Amino acid sequence: MNFINKIGVLLAMIFTASAAAAQDAPGLDERINQAFADFTGPFVSFIFAPFPGTGFPWIVGWLVIAATVFTLYFAFVQLRFFSHAISLVKGDYSDPNDAGEVSHFQALATALSGTVGLGNIAGVAVAVGIGGPGATFWMIVAGLLGMASKFTECTLGVKYRNEYEDGTVSGGPMYYMSKGFNELGLPGGKILAVLFSIFCILGALGGGNMFQANQAHAQIAGITGDYPGWITGLVFAGIVFAVIVGGLKSIARVTEKVVPFMGVMYVLAALVIIIIHADQIGWAFGQIFAGAFTGLGVAGGMVGALIQGFRRAAFSNEAGVGSAAIAHSAVRTKEPITEGFVSLLEPFIDTVVICTMTALVIIITQQLIIDPETGKYMLNEAGTAIATVDGNSGVSLTSAAFASAFSWFPYVLAIAVVLFAFSTMISWSYYGLKAWTYLFGEGQTTELVFKVIFCVFVVIGAAANLGPVIDFSDAAIFAMAVVNVFALYFLMKVVRQELASYAERLKSGEIRKFGH
Amino acid sequence: MTTKIVIGLDGTPSGERAIAFAKDLAERIGTCELLVAYVIEWSPFTFQTPEENAQRHKRREEEIELATTRVITPAVDALGAAGFTARGIVRHGDVAETLNKITVENGASQIVVGRASADGIKKRLFGSSTQYLVMHADVPVTVVN
Repeated sequence: MNFINKIGVLLAMIFTASAAAAQDAPGLDERINQAFADFTGPFVSFIFAPFPGTGFPWIVGWLVIAATVFTLYFAFVQLRFFSHAISLVKGDYSDPNDAGEVSHFQALATALSGTVGLGNIAGVAVAVGIGGPGATFWMIVAGLLGMASKFTECTLGVKYRNEYEDGTVSGGPMYYMSKGFNELGLPGGKILAVLFSIFCILGALGGGNMFQANQAHAQIAGITGDYPGWITGLVFAGIVFAVIVGGLKSIARVTEKVVPFMGVMYVLAALVIIIIHADQIGWAFGQIFAGAFTGLGVAGGMVGALIQGFRRAAFSNEAGVGSAAIAHSAVRTKEPITEGFVSLLEPFIDTVVICTMTALVIIITQQLIIDPETGKYMLNEAGTAIATVDGNSGVSLTSAAFASAFSWFPYVLAIAVVLFAFSTMISWSYYGLKAWTYLFGEGQTTELVFKVIFCVFVVIGAAANLGPVIDFSDAAIFAMAVVNVFALYFLMKVVRQELASYAERLKSGEIRKFGH
Repeated sequence: MTTKIVIGLDGTPSGERAIAFAKDLAERIGTCELLVAYVIEWSPFTFQTPEENAQRHKRREEEIELATTRVITPAVDALGAAGFTARGIVRHGDVAETLNKITVENGASQIVVGRASADGIKKRLFGSSTQYLVMHADVPVTVVN
């Protein structure tokens, strides 16, 4: 405990120093930002580069093409095994002798708490605000296709995980890359694993940490009035530190319980609003379909709607990124593919259900301004997005849409955003840690080093306006997808064998429900 | 045919009273096997952090080990020394449902549990488990005060 205390004191000193540097010397801060931007700029530009002649980032195409390939290769596994996935989550096929182990439900809930968050609230508002209602259609399509990517990566995550003598497990893309490639006699698995791990650490510190801390601070400051970000950062870092280093599980447990509650409440509130406007549901879906193929006047037309929909779906559900494969690999099952089936529910819940709810609420409460003469959407002055009531965008657009029915909802939404941010941070601290230990070995000291670095980045993320760093972090998360999807193409035949064998045994009755 | 009685323990003194009552019953019945059960409260539908999930298998083993060495083995040994046939069972799950399941699986004819004497939340949890067991068990249940 003494050791932990000392680390705590050391950490507090680093926090204070970094926070002070961020606050007292904006010049230095700006110089660091600039240097960082210059250094990482080419990488960021490369990851988010559009296909020539279009505004469509190739990385989004890479993810959508992969999802389509997996959908076809596994013959629409997301439709064929959808009800089976629900049976698995309900525990119908769980061996009673495994009671006390991680259940399918728990693995799914843990992975979901890492993905449900800002993407569902702010991301969708951005998609609909720029791409119009039609973006919703493409978002749903991307979500449905992404289910096959999750299925592939999570099956492999469980199949090639490491199970240690003390009973703990470590899994994820780095393990299926090195072990899977080795098993198939393919070269380069280790190199891919190392590359993936590096991107995963960067993504964890950035998108999974700094971006979350930054947005959480913005939400709190939006309610309480502006105050220095490092204060939020210190509080958050202290809590994160207590959870991941101090082992204060109670906080994590409270969050893990409150977050699903918030998610359910969010969907229920959305449903109530949709029911209140029941007479407009038909019209809203009409807008979604018409917008999907004509654009209804949005910037970029149909392609603009498609880009926004695909892009936000990919940002939100992380299908193909590889992060879920780490979260799902702890489940107790004799059949790795069962976790693949369960994981395909994740993009469905995240994108097809929650994101669609957000989009419907924004459309149905008529936040987007329509030109009464042409029936098309009016653009804002800059011509970059659809004009909205009060000029809202992002989180504030979602907030305004919900507030039109419940005036108190923005407060609940702010709390939800903060909690979602916190649970995403806890999840990504684990993903980053797994990548870190893959590179540097398992061990208490190695793990502590990463955890302390993680906490320091919470303060930095909340304290400073680090646009380039956040750009870089997002790019790192998508760079994970480049490496991961590349590996998945080589390993998907392993999943197909598992699928064929499982489907046959399910049909023959060898695999059957346990009488509970 | 051997009569089987399930004794549900919760690691509190009330378990001792349940054992004493079951011993009395067993003596009256004659050929009787006592199944000493400890159920670790667990649900597959809770929310956990990724780290907890990764360590779950290890924790489960530790929980079973602890329940076995602290509660079940001493009870089974004591019953054996007193001349009774006894067997220990440790499971994870919903306390009431699992005790009933153990009873049905083993063909036992009744369940004996102590009224919980633990404090606070534990009391409420086990208290409600006892009530649920009494109302839903497939065999007669005796709650010992």
